[in-house]
Amino acid sequence: MSRTADASEGLDETAMGGGPLVVGGITLASRLVVGTGKYATYADMARSLDASGTDCVTVAVRRERLLNAAGENILDHLDASRYALLPNTAGCFSADDAVRVARLGRELLRDMGSATSEWVKLEVLGDTKTLLPDPVGTLAATEKLVSEGFTVLVYTSDDPVIAKRLKDLGAASVMPAGSPIGSGQGILNPNNLRICLEYLKDGDPAYPVIVDAGVGTASDVAAAMELGADGVLLNTAIAHAQDPVRMAVAMKAACVAGRLAFLSGRIPRRLYATASSPDEGRIVQPT
Amino acid sequence: MERDSVDADVSVTVNGSHRPVPAGVTLESLVAMLGFSGRPVAVEVDGEVVSRASLSSRHLAGGERIEIVTFVGGG
Repeated sequence: MSRTADASEGLDETAMGGGPLVVGGITLASRLVVGTGKYATYADMARSLDASGTDCVTVAVRRERLLNAAGENILDHLDASRYALLPNTAGCFSADDAVRVARLGRELLRDMGSATSEWVKLEVLGDTKTLLPDPVGTLAATEKLVSEGFTVLVYTSDDPVIAKRLKDLGAASVMPAGSPIGSGQGILNPNNLRICLEYLKDGDPAYPVIVDAGVGTASDVAAAMELGADGVLLNTAIAHAQDPVRMAVAMKAACVAGRLAFLSGRIPRRLYATASSPDEGRIVQPT
Repeated sequence: MERDSVDADVSVTVNGSHRPVPAGVTLESLVAMLGFSGRPVAVEVDGEVVSRASLSSRHLAGGERIEIVTFVGGG
């Protein structure tokens, strides 16, 4: 072997070809985008993000607390020079609300001088129980935000038709869900994801498709990457693991493993066995 | 000092709560009164973002709805 990777720190798929992930003109060193929600403490969050190897993290926009202005801010624990910040519109159930929240996130990032100040992870949700996206509102908000100059990374279902329409409206990345947000069900419909990838990358192989939501464990990340996704966005699977830091390392390794497997070209599935050892020279014959 | 109409309190809504503020107070002053100066916040009045650079020149009127937001953890 010319190269060994015996620790996750040594895992780097870009060193083995395939090139880095580029979204909206910005190159990301890691193909994992990691959420910052639901950690027990900011210190747990910071350690987990570090262990995941990510350089792009999502944040939410919420009211500043009026009664506890002395409280810590998440930005005290996120190095904005290390992590590209991707503000989301989580909790918005209409296109208008999502556009409003996106503008506030942009203002926060502009004030920080962030390189990703025009980025938004657009979510327009249809239902509080499933948190599935509202496709009509998502299309409307994407069109509006693109017209306002946003770099829109859009959360959507695994529906290939909607995915294609979002790309046609100018989304910088389409992010189909593997399964409902926080559900830990993994990739429920790999066939739909395959079709999403085929449609979105038709004539445009570098177009970034990031599987967003539903990851439960490392194999889900690997599965998404093996299908040819350019990245995976996850939060709960790390934040609510019993050992978030260790799980973050697992996710990092799975992401690289899945990417390398995709680039390597897997063997086709066959119904019957094919022997790995030669038939020739056997001292016995099959009965 | 004699109070004039500029000094009278009016009611605005800040992050969903009614709050008396001096009429004509600037957003920059409101942010300072709430202890948010120097903190990463973005400000919206009646649904429109007011840029950081404009906070000092934006005067508040009674009935306006102000949102002061920041980043929190999220996925």
